[in-house]
Amino acid sequence: MKHHISFELNGDPVEVLCESEQTVLDVLRDELEMIGTKEGCSTGDCGACSVTVDDRLVCSCLMLGVEANGKKINTIEGMAEGEKLHPLQQKFLEHAALQCGICTPGVLVAAKSLLERNPDPTETEVRYWLAGILCRCTGYDKIVRAVMDAAAEMRGA
Amino acid sequence: MRYEAPETLDAAVRLLSSETGLTKILAGGTDLLVQMRTDIIEPDVVVDIKRIGEVRHIGEENGGFRIGAAITGAELEEHPTLSKIWPGVVEGANLIGSTQVQGRATMGGNLCNGSPAADSVPGLITAGAIATIAGPRGTREVPVEDIMIGPRKLSIGKDEFVVSFFLPPRPAHAADAYERFIPRTEMDIAVVGCATSLVLDDSGKITDARVALGAVAARPLLVKQAADAIIGTTLDDAALAKLDAAAQAACAPINDKRGTIEYRTKVAGVLARRTARTAYDRARAN
Repeated sequence: MKHHISFELNGDPVEVLCESEQTVLDVLRDELEMIGTKEGCSTGDCGACSVTVDDRLVCSCLMLGVEANGKKINTIEGMAEGEKLHPLQQKFLEHAALQCGICTPGVLVAAKSLLERNPDPTETEVRYWLAGILCRCTGYDKIVRAVMDAAAEMRGA
Repeated sequence: MRYEAPETLDAAVRLLSSETGLTKILAGGTDLLVQMRTDIIEPDVVVDIKRIGEVRHIGEENGGFRIGAAITGAELEEHPTLSKIWPGVVEGANLIGSTQVQGRATMGGNLCNGSPAADSVPGLITAGAIATIAGPRGTREVPVEDIMIGPRKLSIGKDEFVVSFFLPPRPAHAADAYERFIPRTEMDIAVVGCATSLVLDDSGKITDARVALGAVAARPLLVKQAADAIIGTTLDDAALAKLDAAAQAACAPINDKRGTIEYRTKVAGVLARRTARTAYDRARAN
């Protein structure tokens, strides 16, 4: 069963046909070729597919594509403004807060969502908020430091 | 597979009644989509209930709270007054999964997924929550403890679904608490879960109590003997010992990789003591 859905993706209107079984992740990657959002487990355990839907952080693998109709979705592709990196992205580079990079889009989207709600999180709050994203390179410490540093810079900016 | 998203209770019930194939209700999808992905179930029709107003409503009603079955954990946490009055209900629901999962997971789904270890169910049971269930003969009201009857088995017909939960009005000096044991800090399935809800009088004596245990039987249990062990007391050591024993006596757990029968039984007593203490301290403070 095909559905014609339309939603806002990183500020731009999109229309797409999707099957009932397809997830938001499938729609992003396979139909729209927005492959910044990664597929890890497909069962909501790893968080690599994190996106925001109407400003709410979710696993895009746990939501049907057809449910996205009329929603506002933001992915890693919408994070930088042209060539200008988001402060979180810049700090991830400076702190070398990534190794293989598969979890990084999900971590960045999740961290941005945290800082929009809580511009001055404690380290504990950062760790709990990001606990839903698994980094199999286990580079968590640099990720947390980069998020804390970005938060400090963004508060000063 | 077909996807349907009815916008009224009647339309949803008509749809459920007319379907002959395997029909699954979609609320937050954090269990359903996993089961579909891992081929545990292959529904013919998925009925998304989130466009139905009653299912997505949360608010005060007749001195209590009405919580739609598809209100998410994040929405429960963000509600301005719910956590003050029912902290145990909210902390149970908020223990389910990660931040991402909290953005989608619902208490209606947690209950109807039918797991004996469901973290939000003991809190609903001790709150005395009444579920409103829609079906072909209109709606009916059922105490939450009567809905799950065994692992993956519910007392709800395939042409029915949970619309909302009603949490009754709360007197002064009342509070609840939920704790679970897992072998890590976050994001795991309860080895044992326990909720306790207490009402105190002005002197600190317990006048009403409800205790519920999860993951120690084929379904979450309301343990009347545990409540009786502390009613009329100020939760002194003797009362706590009786509570512990009554909680342990109610357990009929399985042995599995998460815990042995003996371990689960022992932990049930410990969590009954801890949640009673937390609920008591919270009730004294309000």
